[in-house]
Amino acid sequence: MSIELLIVQLLNGLQYGVLLFLLAAGLTLVFGIMNFVNLAHGSLYMMGAYFAAWAYNNPIFGIQGSFILAAIVGIGGSIILGIVVERLVLFTLYERDHLDQVLATFGLILVFNEVARFIWGPSSYYMEVPEKLSGSINLLGIDYPAYRFMIIGVGLLVALGMFLLIQKTRIGMLIRAGASNATMVGALGINIKLLNTLLFGLGTGLAGVAGLMAGPILSVQPGMGEPILIVTLVVIVTGGIGSIRGAFFAALIVGVIDTIGRVFLPILLTTMVEKSLAQAAGPATASMLIYLLMAVVLAFKPQGLFPVKHG
Amino acid sequence: MKPTVNFTSPRFYVPALFLGALALLPVYAMLAHQPFYVTLFSRIMIFALAALGLNFILGYGGLVSFGHALYLGVGAYAVGILSFHGITNGWLHLVAALVVGILLAALIGVVVLRTSGMTFIMITLAFAQMGYFFVVSLKSYGGDDGLTIDNRSTFGLFDLASNTVLYYVILAFLAAVFFLFGSLVESRFGMVLRGVKSNERRMLALGFPTFRYKLVGYIISAQVCVIAGFLLANLTKFASPSYMVWQVSGDLIVMAVLGGMGTLFGPVVGAVVYLVVEEFLSSLTPGWFPKVEEVLNKHWLALMGIFVIAMVLGFRKGFYGYLVERELKKEAGRAQP
Amino acid sequence: MNALLSIEKLVKRFGGLTATDRVDFTVAPGEVHAIIGPNGAGKTTLISQLAGELHPDEGSIHFDGRDISRLGVPARSLLGLGRSYQISQIFRDFSALQNVMLAVQAHTGHSFSFFKPALKEAALIAPAEAALRQVGLANRMHVPAAAMAHGEHRQLELAMTLATNPKLLLLDEPMAGMSQAESEEMVQLLKGLKGKYGVVLVEHDMDAVFALADRVSVLVYGRVVATGTPEEIRNNPEVREAYLGDQEESV
Repeated sequence: MSIELLIVQLLNGLQYGVLLFLLAAGLTLVFGIMNFVNLAHGSLYMMGAYFAAWAYNNPIFGIQGSFILAAIVGIGGSIILGIVVERLVLFTLYERDHLDQVLATFGLILVFNEVARFIWGPSSYYMEVPEKLSGSINLLGIDYPAYRFMIIGVGLLVALGMFLLIQKTRIGMLIRAGASNATMVGALGINIKLLNTLLFGLGTGLAGVAGLMAGPILSVQPGMGEPILIVTLVVIVTGGIGSIRGAFFAALIVGVIDTIGRVFLPILLTTMVEKSLAQAAGPATASMLIYLLMAVVLAFKPQGLFPVKHG
Repeated sequence: MKPTVNFTSPRFYVPALFLGALALLPVYAMLAHQPFYVTLFSRIMIFALAALGLNFILGYGGLVSFGHALYLGVGAYAVGILSFHGITNGWLHLVAALVVGILLAALIGVVVLRTSGMTFIMITLAFAQMGYFFVVSLKSYGGDDGLTIDNRSTFGLFDLASNTVLYYVILAFLAAVFFLFGSLVESRFGMVLRGVKSNERRMLALGFPTFRYKLVGYIISAQVCVIAGFLLANLTKFASPSYMVWQVSGDLIVMAVLGGMGTLFGPVVGAVVYLVVEEFLSSLTPGWFPKVEEVLNKHWLALMGIFVIAMVLGFRKGFYGYLVERELKKEAGRAQP
Repeated sequence: MNALLSIEKLVKRFGGLTATDRVDFTVAPGEVHAIIGPNGAGKTTLISQLAGELHPDEGSIHFDGRDISRLGVPARSLLGLGRSYQISQIFRDFSALQNVMLAVQAHTGHSFSFFKPALKEAALIAPAEAALRQVGLANRMHVPAAAMAHGEHRQLELAMTLATNPKLLLLDEPMAGMSQAESEEMVQLLKGLKGKYGVVLVEHDMDAVFALADRVSVLVYGRVVATGTPEEIRNNPEVREAYLGDQEESV
C-alpha cells in the first residue's frame, strides 16, 4: 500500500465526488425551493452525455472533434430539454404529493432510456478524451490524467459559482428566500413560475455538465443515469436535503469514501481475517460503505449533516 | 363493517371475479394447449402478492417505500443460497427467508422510519440499492449473473416441481394474504396505521407511540414481499440481482397505485393490468402495421413510461380504487341526514 | 395545595428569539387557568412545550407529581395531558365516531391486536359515543369528518381530547374561527366541564376567557407580565395598557 496509490485514489475519489456534486446541486436546489424531486434528473445527465458525445463524433458545420462544441451542445441540449420537460409535465406536479412526483418522474426515466436506445442504439456510445487533455500531469512526482484534473477543476469552479450565485446575487437572495418561504417570494411580485423554470434549467444544465464530463471516462449508454442518481440521492440525504453546502461536502465525502473503500477495504481485510473470507467480504462491504455512512448519519441526524432551516 | 355480504358491491364482486378466474385459469390453459399462461400468471400473481405487501404500508400507512424489491431479493436468495448448499427443504427456505427478512426489515426500519416525506422515499431506495450491490458482489453465489436453482423447494408431503402445483400454492398465498390484510386493516393495529397516514401529529397527541406501530407495519409489509421472492425463485428456478433492481420497487408502487392505493384488492388488479399490458406490448408481433409494431415491441418500456405518467396525471384513484370510492360516496350520502 | 401542573423558569429560544422567557405557571386540580396575550406572544409555543411537541431549553415541567420535561408527546398524553389544537387536527378519512374511537383506543392498552375488528369493539364505541354526545355531535356520529362544517370540527376536536380521559386539558383557542353563536355554545360546553378537569385555556375571545377562567396569566413577548383572577387582570393598569387597551381599540 503506497502513498502514491493513496494519493491517486484520493484524486479519483475527488473526481467522482465533484461529478456527484454537479448532479446533487441541481436536484437539491430544485427540491429546496419547489419541494419537488425529479428522479429523471439522472436521465438528463444521460441525455447531456449523449448530446455531447454525438456533437463530438459527428461533423457540425464541418467541425468535428471539438470539445468546446461538444460542451455547448451537451449542456445547452440538457438545459433546453430540461425546460421543455418542466413546462410540459413537471410543473403540474409541484402541488402534488411526493408519491405523484416520484411516480411521474419514474415514468419519465423509462421514456428517456427508450428514446436514447431508439436514437443511439442499445450498446455503449464512446467519446474520446480530447487530444489536448489526453496526457497526464505530474504532481509531486505522481502522474495523473489531465482530463480527470480538469473534471475536478470544473467541479470546484461550479461549486464556487453556485456559492457566489446564492450568497451574492439577487437571484441567490430569491433562492434563499424561496427555500424558506415560497409565498413570500410570490408576494414580492416576482414571477415565481419563471424563476422555477430558470432554476430547473440551471439544475439540468449542471446535470448536462456532469454528463459531458463523464462521457469520455464512462461508457455512454441507456440507463447510465440511474445508478449515479441513486448515489446522488444518498449524497443529498446525507448532506441535508435542500442544502447546497451539504450537497457539496457530502458529495466529496461519498466520492472519496466509495473510491478509497473499494480499493483499500479488501486489502485491509486480508490483514485481519482469513484470505478466502476477506476476498468474499471485501468487495461486498466496500460496495455498501456509502449506504452504511448514510445510515449512521441519519441515525444520529435524521435531517442530514447540514439541515436546512425553514420558516 | 357490514354484517352480510353485499353481492352488488365492487368490494365483493371484483375480488371474487379475479380470484375465481385465476383459480380456473390452469384449466383453460390446459384445454387451450397454452401451458405458457400458467407460468405467466404465476409471475403476475407473485407481483400482485408483493404489491399487496407494499400497499399495506403505502396505502394504509402512508409510507412511500421505494425499496421493497430488496425483500423480493431476500426471499429469492434464501431459496438460491440454501439450494446451492444442497438444502432443498421448502420449510427451511421459508423460515430462513422470513428470519433474515424480519431482521433486515427491523434494522432498516429503525433507520428509515426516523425520517419522513421525501427523505424516507430516497433512503428506502438507497437501502434497496445497497442490497442489490451486496448480492452483485457475492461472487461465490453467482454475483452479477445470479444463481441457478436446480430443483424447486420440497415440502415433505408435496413439492413444487409441477407448474400447476406451484401456481395453486401462489394463488393460495395471494388469497391468504388478501384475507389476512382484510382483517388486519380493520383491527386495532390497522386503525393505528390508518390514523398515522391520515394525521400522525394527532395520533401522537392522542397517546399513540406511532414509531413502534409503523415499524411493525413495515416489517409485516416486507415479509409479504419476502414470501413473493421465495415464490419467484421457485417459479424461475433462479435467484438474480435483477429481482432487486430499483425499477422493480418502482413497478410495485405503480401496480399499487394503478389498482387503487389503500384499497384491499387494488394492488392485485393493478398488478394484473400492468403486467398484462407489459406482456402484450413486449410480445407484439408484426401484423397490421409492421413498422409501428416493431418499434413498439423493441421500445415498449417507453409506452409503459407514458402510461405511468398518464396514470399520475389523470387516473390517480386507480381502477379498483375508483369503484370503491364511488361506492363509499354513495354510502356516505346515505349516512348524512 | 398540590398543583396539578407546575412550570418553573421555562425558557425556549428560536435562534435569537426568546419565545418563552422564564415562565412560571401553575394549574390546580379543577382550575381553569387562561393564557392571554397579543399575537406572537408565544402562547402556542408554550402549549407545545406542555404537550411535548417542543422541548424547552431550560426549566422544568411537573405534572401530577412527576417531572415530565423530557417525556415525548404520547407519554404525556398517556399520563393525562389532553391537547386540542388551534387548527383542527382530525382524521378526515374517518367518520366522527371513528375519530373518537381512535382516541379511546389510545388509552385502553396497546394496539398490537391484529385480528379482532376494532370498529365493532363495544369497549371503544360506548365511550366514543358518550364523548360525542357530550360535545353535541350525537346525531352526526356516522358522518365522514371531511364532510363536516368548521364548527363541528372544533366540537370533534374537543370530543377526541375528552375521550382520552385527561386530567388536564390544553385547549389552544377552542373557539378559533367559530361564529358568535357557535362560540357561545362552546363556552356553555366548557362551563359544563369546569371543576372536572384542570384546564390551560389559550383564547383570544375575552368574553369567553372572563366567563370561564379562575385565573388569567398575561403573556407578552414570551414573558408572563401578570397573573391573577379575571377581576384583577381586568383592573390591572399595566395589562390594560399593554394588551386589553389595544384589543378594545382594534375592536
